[in-house]
Amino acid sequence: MAAPDLFFWLCSAVLMLSSVFVVSARSLVHAVFFLILAFLNAAGLFILLGAEFLGMMMLIVYVGAVAVLFLFVVMTLDTGRPGGSLRARLPAALAAGVILLLELAFVAVAGGPGGSPEPLPGGVSNTRALGRLIYTDYAALFELAGAILLVAMIGAIVLAHRFRPGVRRQNPVRQFVRRQGESVRLEDPAVGAGVSEQGR
Amino acid sequence: MTVTLAHYLILGGAVFTVGIVGIVLNRRNVIMILMAIELLLLAVNLNFVAFSAHLGDPAGQVFTLFVLTVAAAEAAVGLAILVVFFRLRGTIAVEDIQDLKG
Repeated sequence: MAAPDLFFWLCSAVLMLSSVFVVSARSLVHAVFFLILAFLNAAGLFILLGAEFLGMMMLIVYVGAVAVLFLFVVMTLDTGRPGGSLRARLPAALAAGVILLLELAFVAVAGGPGGSPEPLPGGVSNTRALGRLIYTDYAALFELAGAILLVAMIGAIVLAHRFRPGVRRQNPVRQFVRRQGESVRLEDPAVGAGVSEQGR
Repeated sequence: MTVTLAHYLILGGAVFTVGIVGIVLNRRNVIMILMAIELLLLAVNLNFVAFSAHLGDPAGQVFTLFVLTVAAAEAAVGLAILVVFFRLRGTIAVEDIQDLKG
């Protein structure tokens, strides 16, 4: 068996196992770690398919940001695992899975993808080809994706930010409008008189 | 046995099924539902990239990029809503979330 095929079987086996563990893990933290493992193996498969840029993107965006976000929320909320036993809901869940698998099998039997694989346009690296597409044909959609990310960021901050009364914080406007006359005072105390807090 | 497009599609379908099973299995836990949705999107991404490599057209990878964007935005906003809800109610059980009931 060739090395790429071996890599595929390894990555896909670990991806399947870890995704099963994600949905069946006892603790939420374990589920998040299995999710990270699943993303790592999916990134491996992407690189195997020749999509190096997306593989690295998976690592940075999912493992670096999304999974860590999940981990933070799981650890700060610390709710344990609500909802009682999984065993009671197992039949319904398996029924949903079997139905979906039947549908997928029906589609696969009815008409598989035809055609022979074509090589990617030669002489161009994956990242370069992707960049050419993003900044030409899909430029508007790319801008829209950036706008979505901005809206999501602002929305998340607005949602999760908490205003608490009685917190001492810096007031930049007051610092800027302050003048030397209100802040500095020259005192010339008489001998033995001292300086009072209120002025002379 | 050499690996073809069908292998990747079967793998994507299997991961998608696991995600659906996870949603039904953990339907009382919002965080688990969000993680199962991430699995679904991962399976979709796998199909996109497999087809992109099979057809020799990088456009499929562009759409994977957009799916990635939406997934990240969804996770951020969903988790923020979750944090706010937990702060207000002290619980994140799905059956307690019915304030919008008509």
